[in-house]
Amino acid sequence: MTMESSVVAGSEPTVEPRGFELIEREGLETNLLEVSMGPHHPSTHGVFRMDVKLDGETVTELRPVFGYLHRNHEKLAEDMGYLGSMPFTDRLDYFCSMTNNWAYALAGEKMIDLEVPERAEYVRVIMAELTRLVNHIMLVGFFVNDLGALGTPLLYALREREKILDLFEWASGARMMCNYMRFGGLRNDLPEGWLTKCREVVDAFPYFLDEYEKLLVENEIILVRTQNVGVLKPELAINAGITGPMLRASGVNYDLRKVDAYGVYDRFPFRVPMGEVGDCYDRFMVRILEMRESIKILRQAMDELPEGPIMGEAPRVFKPPAGEIYGRIEGPKGELGFYLVSDGTAKPYRYRVRPPSLVNLTVLEDLCLGHKVADAVVILGSVDIVLGEVDR
Amino acid sequence: MPVSDETPVDLAPVLESFPSLEVEKGTGALITQPALVLEVVQFLRDDPRYRLDYLSNVTGIDYLATVRKEKRVNEEGKTEIVKIDEPPRMDVVYHFYSMSEKRGLVTLKQRITDRDRPVATSLMPLFRSAEFQEREVYDLFGIDFQGHLDLRRLLMWEEFEDFPMRRDYVEPDDYEYEPTPHGEVLEKAKTHAGLGEGGSEE
Amino acid sequence: MEDPSKSTTSEAHTLSDSVDLDDATRSEMEKAGVIVSSVDWLYNWARSGSVWPLQFGLACCAIEMICSAGSRYDIARFGSEVFRPSPRQADLLIVSGTVTKKMAPQVVRIFNQMPEPKYVIAMGACAISGGPFKQGYNVLKGIDRYIPVDVYIPGCPPRPEAVLHSLMTLQKGIRRQRTLGKGSNNPAYVEGNREYPVPSFSGKDLDPPYNPEVWQPPEKRPNMPEDGCP
Ligand code: SF4
Repeated sequence: MTMESSVVAGSEPTVEPRGFELIEREGLETNLLEVSMGPHHPSTHGVFRMDVKLDGETVTELRPVFGYLHRNHEKLAEDMGYLGSMPFTDRLDYFCSMTNNWAYALAGEKMIDLEVPERAEYVRVIMAELTRLVNHIMLVGFFVNDLGALGTPLLYALREREKILDLFEWASGARMMCNYMRFGGLRNDLPEGWLTKCREVVDAFPYFLDEYEKLLVENEIILVRTQNVGVLKPELAINAGITGPMLRASGVNYDLRKVDAYGVYDRFPFRVPMGEVGDCYDRFMVRILEMRESIKILRQAMDELPEGPIMGEAPRVFKPPAGEIYGRIEGPKGELGFYLVSDGTAKPYRYRVRPPSLVNLTVLEDLCLGHKVADAVVILGSVDIVLGEVDR
Repeated sequence: MPVSDETPVDLAPVLESFPSLEVEKGTGALITQPALVLEVVQFLRDDPRYRLDYLSNVTGIDYLATVRKEKRVNEEGKTEIVKIDEPPRMDVVYHFYSMSEKRGLVTLKQRITDRDRPVATSLMPLFRSAEFQEREVYDLFGIDFQGHLDLRRLLMWEEFEDFPMRRDYVEPDDYEYEPTPHGEVLEKAKTHAGLGEGGSEE
Repeated sequence: MEDPSKSTTSEAHTLSDSVDLDDATRSEMEKAGVIVSSVDWLYNWARSGSVWPLQFGLACCAIEMICSAGSRYDIARFGSEVFRPSPRQADLLIVSGTVTKKMAPQVVRIFNQMPEPKYVIAMGACAISGGPFKQGYNVLKGIDRYIPVDVYIPGCPPRPEAVLHSLMTLQKGIRRQRTLGKGSNNPAYVEGNREYPVPSFSGKDLDPPYNPEVWQPPEKRPNMPEDGCP
């Protein structure tokens, strides 16, 4: 605020404006405030911690601290058979158990060159895209929650999520931890009537999205709080290994569904939404647009779903030859990869998950520097992390 | 269904420029010494034949000293089983892709022969994505990355002494008595001999 | 000083004893227009109807906890929709998910910071015993090694219905608690604010690995043969 004296020039000598006097002293510094946000903090999406140094309210340094959910997934997997790790992959990114399953199954199939029947591939696509819907809708809910819209949009998101979780439960028996895919196919076929119900849910989804978009996308507060906040340049994004919607929001066209065309993704025409600026708003919008593309894929996949077996010629005991493989898919959060090293026994010698959330956090400090601490919360929300995957 | 069709990458140019590189049998991974890795990676990143601008995955592998058995055909035409002593070693594995050219995958391994004091070269000066993943390797395998700007433990707490992902790591025995132990747990339960007789010792 | 207090407690005791009527008699009396109750009953009724949980998620189970607050399961029907972000304002700690060793000190600290009367629900296999990740070197084998747990919910993850059921179980427990009188069994009022020592990090493990006051390794069952198969 500017303090203007109301004295007109040329009239009586101005009175010294009262107020605070700024004393310039040498060596006087403001103290940086060190704040530890987390591991228990309502906005860190779990047990994530940021050690922030604040100058006033401006972030001058930000150190993410990990490990509060380090559950030794990799070590455990090296102690058990290949298939035994499948349920554990559910618990990596617990919003997207289906895609985690798929990534692991894909890596295993690559290892022994296993063919997957067509029907199974289609069902996988359906499940993966439903998962993408769940993940993105929850992300948007939490993101708006972080912006201060406590509750309401999140409740809408939860309501929609429940409908899809019902589908998952019907098909696999569990709401969240589906454990549905196997090396070479699926555990069981879709139950009768599932497809009709799925179609209902998918057909109703765009109406919900319209409503949701109307509620959020042009909301003034969201615009002000997210536009030009946390801009990520494409060069840095590539160099830092950012993947998924966050990369595409920075304007890099890299979607593994197109690039690798794993499964049957090459049969579906869909567009890859991309941002221009790379700020929080773009990251938020890319996800909303991706949901619309997912619906397109879903509709087509359900129409074309062939009949047939759902399980390939998988061996009873999964015992790949010595060697190594890196298999990756486009998870809702980014490139989810599994690196498996086999020594010819029934247990993996090395089992490594390439976690998209962890790598996407690399640039968190760069994005937050110079912004207010309240924006740091928003930026973290737009990165879309799940701690089960960050720490594993 | 093709499992995945990656465009195969021709490794000849990089082998030409760096004759000391080896290609691992079976996996097709490039193997380099830690001293050379920065140059190799820079070449892979900047050379127009590669343009591997995206470092996807970084991890470590720990190999204990083992005896490997291999079938060989000797001069007389008989197959015999040869025992080969494998010295202990550690590998740091990098997976590279090219985002601009949509190419992949090139696997690069830094081979560290001194397993007791493993030192590797960090790729952080070239790739930011190595930052957290190399910290993780340092944390779990105890590999020291030269040139890393912020090498601290990532997942475990600072005071932790061991490197849990090493093959010879012994975890603390903090299991309780189980009424129906089986398998490995049974083995462990036997070591809890004193536990049953009303006393606990941990 | 001593005598009056003694007399009031004994009086309260007799009073609360005297209203321990069976339901039939109670409803009979209510029909006749007589409501017999005790302060304890009223107090517990009020407390159990507004349990405020701490908004504290650890892992996958936290998502199901959030779901139970969503419109479909609606924990608000049980008076517990007010998730408080600060432990100072919460009554109930739902340990929802895997407690790693790195996280355990913070969980204990959060429990210490909560004001009495406070309750703990261990949600999911992980919080109970380590669950699927039990063999992990960084996984605490059950939060009850450090803090007392009132209700356990098995499951991986437990469904939101199970969360609601655990809440109802807790409410039942709260209604049974006696605060006034000689038979007081509410630790909150007997012991003052319960605080437990926060474990510290050591080179291999947490130090101490468990709090012997709260938890002891289970005894071996006497007649069990070596291999555990009876
Ligand atoms: S009990 Fe299962 S769902 Fe719950 S935190 Fe543990 S692994 Fe996750």
